[in-house]
Amino acid sequence: MIDLTQLKSRFSDNITESTFRDNHRLVVPAHTLYPVLDCLKGEYGFDTLMEVTAVDYLEYEGATDRFGVVYVLLNTTSGERLIVKTFVNLPAPQLPSAYPLWKSADWLEREVYDMFGIVFTGHPDLRRILLPAEFTAFPLRKDYPLKGIGERHNFPVITRAES
Amino acid sequence: MPLTQLDTVAPESPDQEFQWTLNFGPQHPSTHTTLRLVLTLDGERVINAVPDIGYLHSGFEKLGEHLDFNQYVTIVDRMNYISPLANEIAWHHAVEKLLDIDLTPRCKVLRTILAELMRMHDHLLNVGTTGLDLGAFTAFLYAFQQRELIYDIVEYASGQRFHTSYTRVGGVLFDVNVDWANKVRDFIKGFRPVYNEIEKLLTRNRIFIERTKGIGVLTREDAINLGATGPIARASGVVRDLRKDEPYLAYADYDFNIICSQGGDSYSRYLVRMRELLESVKIIEQAIENIPAGPVNIDAISDIVLPAKPAVYRSIEGLIQHFEVLMPNRGYPVPHEEIYAATESPNGELGFYIVGDGTVRAYRARTRPPSYVHFAIFPHIIRGHQLSDVVAVLGSINIIAAELDR
Amino acid sequence: MAVGLPENVFLTQLDAAANWARSNSLWPMPFATACCGIELMATAASRHDIARFGAEVMRFSPRQCDLLIVAGRVAMKMLPVLQRIWLQMPEPKWCISMGACACTGGVFDTYAVVQGCDRFIPVDLYVPGCPPRPEQLLAALIEMQSKIKQTGTLMGGEFDRRTTSTGPAPFDLDELRRSREMQPLVNLEIYTPPSLEDAVKAGPRRD
Repeated sequence: MIDLTQLKSRFSDNITESTFRDNHRLVVPAHTLYPVLDCLKGEYGFDTLMEVTAVDYLEYEGATDRFGVVYVLLNTTSGERLIVKTFVNLPAPQLPSAYPLWKSADWLEREVYDMFGIVFTGHPDLRRILLPAEFTAFPLRKDYPLKGIGERHNFPVITRAES
Repeated sequence: MPLTQLDTVAPESPDQEFQWTLNFGPQHPSTHTTLRLVLTLDGERVINAVPDIGYLHSGFEKLGEHLDFNQYVTIVDRMNYISPLANEIAWHHAVEKLLDIDLTPRCKVLRTILAELMRMHDHLLNVGTTGLDLGAFTAFLYAFQQRELIYDIVEYASGQRFHTSYTRVGGVLFDVNVDWANKVRDFIKGFRPVYNEIEKLLTRNRIFIERTKGIGVLTREDAINLGATGPIARASGVVRDLRKDEPYLAYADYDFNIICSQGGDSYSRYLVRMRELLESVKIIEQAIENIPAGPVNIDAISDIVLPAKPAVYRSIEGLIQHFEVLMPNRGYPVPHEEIYAATESPNGELGFYIVGDGTVRAYRARTRPPSYVHFAIFPHIIRGHQLSDVVAVLGSINIIAAELDR
Repeated sequence: MAVGLPENVFLTQLDAAANWARSNSLWPMPFATACCGIELMATAASRHDIARFGAEVMRFSPRQCDLLIVAGRVAMKMLPVLQRIWLQMPEPKWCISMGACACTGGVFDTYAVVQGCDRFIPVDLYVPGCPPRPEQLLAALIEMQSKIKQTGTLMGGEFDRRTTSTGPAPFDLDELRRSREMQPLVNLEIYTPPSLEDAVKAGPRRD
């Protein structure tokens, strides 16, 4: 576990640090996310962004915010991992993009936008990646049903005689 | 760009007249499943390649929120379908970390052997299809014959040759016996000659070398910044392998090397995979001689593992435990916590981010798919190469569409 | 006076000759999307050799094939591509739906997977399994060959009679109910299955 006391004292907002099993986690408020990530990359040497993902806490017991966005960072020279988490809410959930820091954020953030609707400002090309561009809903939100609302049936039927 | 619009709207006019757009469509001759590339070409040279994915998106992660930890393993199987057991091992590795379960030594060794067999499975397919895409059909047939033997081994253990759903929380579905170990030994003994054959066909083959050497170079800094892991990163000089850096299962007990290269081109990636096949053979040889005795599932009276069927039918404790695990309003306690855990799958770092909410269903089961991150690297490494190199490079970065799209 | 025919002359119907030729050289169009695609490749590999049945010519161009094998789940985004490929194939053409996902959607009853390609493509043969073993696919191929031999015609007239879709209707009432699981349903009309007399009156299906 690396020592983050300097980081916490610099960004004296409520940054909470915790460990669970062997995950070292940080929770930062959304407005300090980009400076914290920048500092982690520059000074602490976290040179790879492994994963950007989001969780919809609509049905979670004891949740205070709607969406949690999680960044998993890795330092390839020392093997240290760090998980940085932040929270955003409806309407118009928005976060600064991590693309200027790590290029792997490109597609990872596009998927978070596609599935949850969280907009990343400063992203070079934020459009839907896994779903068709005409799709309107955000499927991984908890208020979207598993079987969809009819999009998968909305296609023309071809019979044998006409094809 | 949605596919349906292309025949009603004229393609975007290129900046200069000599550029033209080619759609390397979702259905294409190279065996790399459903992905689409919109290539902007200058004659035969690629100027830009814009990937368009999602043609196999099936809602895996949404399904994970509706299925049990043991039921979801059937779905996770179908992600990297070239090495199904590797996904299952990764999924249950994450679940067992969340539940703080320590596996029995026998289970660890068994899972290690299966993970290495799956690594061979994946690398054999990749080497075979790289050969196939470049015209070497015989290497493909040799590789597939060896994969059929691995299918036989896996079928002997679990009953299904392909999507095994073999691992469970706290253990595996069935235990193995001496016959199975003999099958594995026979396979390993017969593998070396076939490996030499494939090596003779491809490694020093002038056509193969000219088509892959210097093609699709990924520098070390780019590999780190773009999040590459696994054989691709190791072929670019990133010395990182989760089996050595964050040992899990029984890897700490075995003596093996990590294969790295400094070339970063498709030929290096091929060589790294070929040598990793031999390292896997080394690990399996060590592991198969020393499978510890003992139970394969954890503590038989816990409320996480299904009891053996004779106990269910003949003793009241077995019956109660069966109900405790399976009935919908029961199940085992799961912490209200989140965890990220990764394993070294044959393709790279396959990680799962699981949010537990107290019930046996994950609240959020996110997969960190190596193929997804690697396909984002593709436009960076294909620039300036020719159209026929697109196929070679696509093969060398081993994109599995189901892991890409989930 | 009977004329003895030499051994290399056969008397047959044009239909039977055409069927024999077509069924023994079915060139598949592998529409391999997912895991079933790997089992299709394994069927083409050396242990379960599909070349024994004349079907090893897996041309990836629809213009050169006559058997579309939909192997793997068909996602929502992929369905227009599948339909376009089906329309591009020249006559006579047949379709095998391989695997549970192509037949009915399989394990993936989600927002993004089409619940069976037969909803939108005419299918001739279904192969169950997840994935079907190569032996199962070969059995399906043999079944397809016998189907062509029994019902095929030289000019392909048997296809014109199949004017209705044989898959489930796109918007079943039950399907609507299931897809709206999050909201309570009110004022639904009561669904009555067709009665036995109606089915008898309609007679056996002839498509």
